[in-house]
Amino acid sequence: MRLWLPLAVFVAVLAIIAVALYRPADRTVYSAMVGKRVPDFTVPALLPGKPGLASARLADGKPKLLNIFASWCVPCAAEAPQLMALKAAGVPIEGVAIRDTPEAMRDFLARGGDPYAAIGDDKTSAVQLAIGSSGVPESFVIAGDGTILLQHVGDIRADDVPAILAKLEAAK
Amino acid sequence: MRRLAIPALLLAAAPAFADSTLPSAPLANTQLSDPAQEAKAQALMVTLRCLVCQGQSIADSDAEMAGDMRALVRQRIRAGEQPVAIRDWLVARYGDYVTYDPPFGLLTAPLWIAPLVLIAIGVWLARASFRRRRG
Amino acid sequence: MIAEAGLAALWFAAALAAMQLALAAIGVRRVSAAPDVQGGLTADILGAVRPVAIVQGALAAVAMALLIAVFVRSDMSVLLVAENSHSEKPLLYKFAGAWGNHEGSMLLWVTILGLAGGAVAIFERTLPRVTLIATLGAQAAIALGFYAFLLFVSNPFARIDPAPLDGQGLNPLLQDPGLAFHPPTLYVGYVGISVAFSFAVGALVARDVGPAFARAMRPWVLGAWIFLTLGITAGSYWAYYELGWGGWWFWDPVENASLMPWLAATALLHSVTVLATRDGLRAWTVMLAVVAFSMSMIGTFLVRSGILTSVHAFAVDPSRGTFILALLVLYIGGALALFAGRIGTVRAGTTFDPLSREGALVANNLLLSVILGVVLIGTLYPIVAAGFGVQLSVGPPFFDKAAGPVALLLVMVMAAGPLLRWRRDEARALAARMTPPIAAFGVVLIAVLLLGGGVALLPLLGMALAAALAVASVAPLWGRNLLRTPLFTWGMVVAHLGIAVSLAGMASESAFTRATLVATRVGQPQRVGPYTVTLDGVATTIGPNWSALEAHLSARRGDGAVIQLRPQSRFFTNPVTVTSESAIATVFDGQLYTVLGQADGQGRVQVRLWWKPFVTLIWLGGALVAIGGALSLVGRLRRERRTRQRASDEAWA
Repeated sequence: MRLWLPLAVFVAVLAIIAVALYRPADRTVYSAMVGKRVPDFTVPALLPGKPGLASARLADGKPKLLNIFASWCVPCAAEAPQLMALKAAGVPIEGVAIRDTPEAMRDFLARGGDPYAAIGDDKTSAVQLAIGSSGVPESFVIAGDGTILLQHVGDIRADDVPAILAKLEAAK
Repeated sequence: MRRLAIPALLLAAAPAFADSTLPSAPLANTQLSDPAQEAKAQALMVTLRCLVCQGQSIADSDAEMAGDMRALVRQRIRAGEQPVAIRDWLVARYGDYVTYDPPFGLLTAPLWIAPLVLIAIGVWLARASFRRRRG
Repeated sequence: MIAEAGLAALWFAAALAAMQLALAAIGVRRVSAAPDVQGGLTADILGAVRPVAIVQGALAAVAMALLIAVFVRSDMSVLLVAENSHSEKPLLYKFAGAWGNHEGSMLLWVTILGLAGGAVAIFERTLPRVTLIATLGAQAAIALGFYAFLLFVSNPFARIDPAPLDGQGLNPLLQDPGLAFHPPTLYVGYVGISVAFSFAVGALVARDVGPAFARAMRPWVLGAWIFLTLGITAGSYWAYYELGWGGWWFWDPVENASLMPWLAATALLHSVTVLATRDGLRAWTVMLAVVAFSMSMIGTFLVRSGILTSVHAFAVDPSRGTFILALLVLYIGGALALFAGRIGTVRAGTTFDPLSREGALVANNLLLSVILGVVLIGTLYPIVAAGFGVQLSVGPPFFDKAAGPVALLLVMVMAAGPLLRWRRDEARALAARMTPPIAAFGVVLIAVLLLGGGVALLPLLGMALAAALAVASVAPLWGRNLLRTPLFTWGMVVAHLGIAVSLAGMASESAFTRATLVATRVGQPQRVGPYTVTLDGVATTIGPNWSALEAHLSARRGDGAVIQLRPQSRFFTNPVTVTSESAIATVFDGQLYTVLGQADGQGRVQVRLWWKPFVTLIWLGGALVAIGGALSLVGRLRRERRTRQRASDEAWA
């Protein structure tokens, strides 16, 4: 009986490997804060004329979209049209720029349009770390009371827009 | 000094992202002045996973985000926070993925008990083989 | 043309492997059906297997040589070259780059497999004929699976049309002499273990598991294990100086994949000696031979399948993963089923007391297997958790806590083992013999506690046990005429001493490393450990395919001579990457490790400085272990030759 133990162990290892191979795990790192309140933070303004961002602003009663982005990030430029579309649909969009400079940001906004009601200047990824984001771009749908409802990792594609709009509608 | 103005793909950066050209956060690559605090910070940093790398701790990574996480750890240790609290804060944000030290829970119990179980099996195998030998 | 010739050589080699397998299978069948028949067709069939094995190995080597030729000539019409090489690369990296990718490294695997089989065919003279043929048949069966994998799913010689002007270049992290040394050494080790596997399968098929089989297998196990030890040691040192943070082992899944066969092979080589000299541990020896190669294959699979996250992992392609999975099922499943089915009939062996050298070797096997199990479970656990939808990370904190204490326990067994008598021993006698090692343990423990200044428990025990092991490993030489001590006894002494040295290095590095990470100005002295390091300036410099910023550092220890160190930050264009090259100064009691970071735009430059006392002992110990293995190998071979000579002399007398 003992002699069949190695074969049994091997079969178990094989099963693990086979499952991993045929149902590849999603390697994306998701935030564990979804469903919880936005953590407290305050970041100064990056551009004159555009306010900075405080977490209180995300809990002012209106559902919003929080967009974490940067001017040096290539997919962020790709999602600019979708953000403009969302803004046109009446969604308030708050931005936090990671490790950015005013000049680069001005160029970025000039190229893709400016959907942001505010742009916070986060030079040390503090907001990113506080909210559980691990890269740019990421977007968070936040309810009026500050609860995080949805995290979208990566750039927003055209077919992601309806889902985001629906989530925002439901939050109203 | 020459500024490294060449945008570069850092080995550990995730695909499709370029990197910012800003210098790293203070305390990302500078030690705390109190050696005891720095030791605590270092001990914590080797157990935290870099979120944008292919399997490195934040203590071993050149990625910018790893630098920001190191800065966060050092800042908080300097402010007097306990390493366990800092780790729990990060786990609350990223899940157990961010720590290389899996917490003992229902799902990880088999992992932590494994060495003991294996030794027990080993002793059983050995004793059975000696016993048979004697007889 | 060269590429097509290489592909043709590969096809021919595969065909010969099929022939080798068929001949071996038919031959063994016929012999077991009519065992007393000499000569005739059966003899012809059996006689043909050896030459076929030799030519098969030679052809695989030809294919590998042609792949290297294609890389060296930078023939961009070959897809593999276009994806992994560049015409401006230095020659060494064009050469070594042939195996710096999935297809090329798989071809290297298969080449070594073929050459090992050919070597067995040429050199193996002591084994009964049928057992040898069964072994060569098993080797051919393994080779056939991998030939199929190469030819159908990972063709290294595939062309690309139109050929690009130049290639995408080799990852700059790999552009290092380590690439020329680490993979081939490691592969000789991995694949050399396949010979042990084939021997075990052959012995099970021929129902011939005894001292003769063990004596035949032992040199092959030793040879493969020596290379595996060297390969892992080299890999550790390469990672240490290349990655720029001073770490030398990360419990990375791919590193674990190389450690697991080593653990099994270490247990195997101890077991095989017991079987060869005392006819004990039969089941253990066969089992370990199968497990060692299984770990080697699982490691190969894991690294190429895409299911692991690692800096080492090759490019992902699910179809490749499926193919190797099928091979795994076939070979390992088959061997384990064969083991379970047949081992009952060959299990009788001599008996021994728990307190005896055999007993210590059983403990050795068990503890090594426990460590192997822990490493395997820890490596696969995140995959299992992901299956349940949970993302987990298992890293050094787990492995150090789970495997570390077991390893220290093993060190204690290693200290006592060689001091135990065969068959049965007395506890009191052992205690007397163990007094010097235990004394060494106590002395070092107290010394480190008093003088070390706050050392953690594991490194503390590590240092004390290293001292005990060092004393215990030279103890078998005590009171012997050193010139008449057999070479293989020297081998055991040196190898165990190597472990002690390596353990001391690991513990010292862990406990006493000093780091200074600081943004410094030109002329501003920084202290690290006993050294004062000053930045004299940053200059630019160029290399064959890179340009770099180079820091000029002067390091001084008290009143000693000034050491110059030049760490660099290198910029490559194919592909666009930045790497940092550390500058290391090795002195008798440690290493000064320096890395250049970024400038902060305010006249300061980031530098990372480490003082690592006795860190070189880690790899020196590894080299000693390999040397010990080599001494053992030569010693055994000489002893076998002398025994054979004496037997034939007596036959003539």
